[in-house]
Amino acid sequence: MRTVTVLRTGPQALVQDLGRTGFAALGVPPSGALDTPSLTLANRLVGNPPDAAALEVLLGGLHLRADASCTVAVTGPSVDVLVDGVHRDSPFHLAAGEEVRLGTPAHGLRNYLAVSGGLDVDPQLGSRSTDLLSGIGPDPLADGHVLPLGDVLGVPVGVDVLVPVRVPDELVVPVLLGPREGWFNDPTFQLSNGSWTVSERSNRVGVRLVGTALQREERYKSRELPSEGLVTGAVQVPADGQPAVFLADHPTTGGYPVIGVVPERSLPLLGQALPGTRLRFRPQG
Amino acid sequence: MRLRRCGDRAVLVEVGSLDEVEAVRAAVVGARLDEVVEVVPAARTVLVVTRDGGQARVRRVLEGVDLGRRSAGEAREVVVPVVYDGPDLALVADTAGIAVEEVVRLHSEAVYSVAFCGFAPGFGYLVGLPEALHQPRLDSPRTRVPAGSVGVAGEYTAAYPRATPGGWRLIGRTDAPLFDVHRDPAALLAPGDRVRFEVVR
Repeated sequence: MRTVTVLRTGPQALVQDLGRTGFAALGVPPSGALDTPSLTLANRLVGNPPDAAALEVLLGGLHLRADASCTVAVTGPSVDVLVDGVHRDSPFHLAAGEEVRLGTPAHGLRNYLAVSGGLDVDPQLGSRSTDLLSGIGPDPLADGHVLPLGDVLGVPVGVDVLVPVRVPDELVVPVLLGPREGWFNDPTFQLSNGSWTVSERSNRVGVRLVGTALQREERYKSRELPSEGLVTGAVQVPADGQPAVFLADHPTTGGYPVIGVVPERSLPLLGQALPGTRLRFRPQG
Repeated sequence: MRLRRCGDRAVLVEVGSLDEVEAVRAAVVGARLDEVVEVVPAARTVLVVTRDGGQARVRRVLEGVDLGRRSAGEAREVVVPVVYDGPDLALVADTAGIAVEEVVRLHSEAVYSVAFCGFAPGFGYLVGLPEALHQPRLDSPRTRVPAGSVGVAGEYTAAYPRATPGGWRLIGRTDAPLFDVHRDPAALLAPGDRVRFEVVR
């Protein structure tokens, strides 16, 4: 069996693919890579189908050994990728026994490292993703973990230049109002005039924001909302008015009003935003 | 019925009661639309998530829903064995002003249905709880409720699929496999299922 061995995980390394759909009614979060375009690009570069499982590496520091000949690609924010001390561009080849180390990414949080054949850990409910909220999927990786690789199905794609992901100093995030915008005073005005920063309490469940407190309408101030279904990208506003944007490992239901939803195409950058990144919303009726 | 937008690929259907939630859920699931990705019932809402461009067909199905229609009775029935020895059994009996044996009889003779799941994978909120057992949550929640605990809160009863914090009043425990990713289906209880509890002595 072809394998790779994780020698050092860095702050956090997880197996992620495109997540599990169809189980929300049972209370199962979608999970999956936060920056899906970076995951699918890494897969394409090594000749994998887009939904193959790869490593999602938080803040670099990963040290990996190839136990068999394989092709590797690293995508996401700009990061040093070193093989025997030599910088490599993706995709690149590793012979059996060769090791790759990732530095610390600049202007982003999460790199995706795909290996030809994909990571062939056992799927659970149709996905190999680690769900940190509910504990479904493989455990977070630990030093010394050996990961099996699947069969190589495609040919690596040759490229000259890869443009790294780069989170700007200030994110401007579109929001479609609803379902509970009516709970808030002039939601368009409040969202477009507020400003926030990304909190260090953010994680795969959601990006928590600190800044302007969103005010409820007088008649909703002491109202409680029966729990209702949540979508990825939902901007939930708890009682203190500080919004959070839900990401892939979000609970399937929640009891605070959702003022609006960030469209899917804007979520990958949110999953890359470092604590302290400034953020504004651009509400859309 | 009110339809509330929830991003560009989902609609939140708001209705007035759990019966209406079940009518909407059953109609949307029953329509078997390829575009529908998730149908998530809750206490007063049903969230319907589709692929891109699938919202129009969902809205047509929703327009045809008869909210007064009870499900046609083809529900799956699940029997959950329970040892009634929970730490709050006496509290529940006291609050209801009845004997412990009566709590056990009431809870185990009722027929429940799974209104919705949430909180944790496989945690089903069951309705059909006899009135005397409608009771508030504990004043201070437990930091750890053991897996398999059976409890009551408000109009619901439920069994905890895994150890979590929780504030429900615990009346018993079950060793039924409530959630196991290695089984198919992984969750013992799904929305719409009928459930009975069987006394294990």
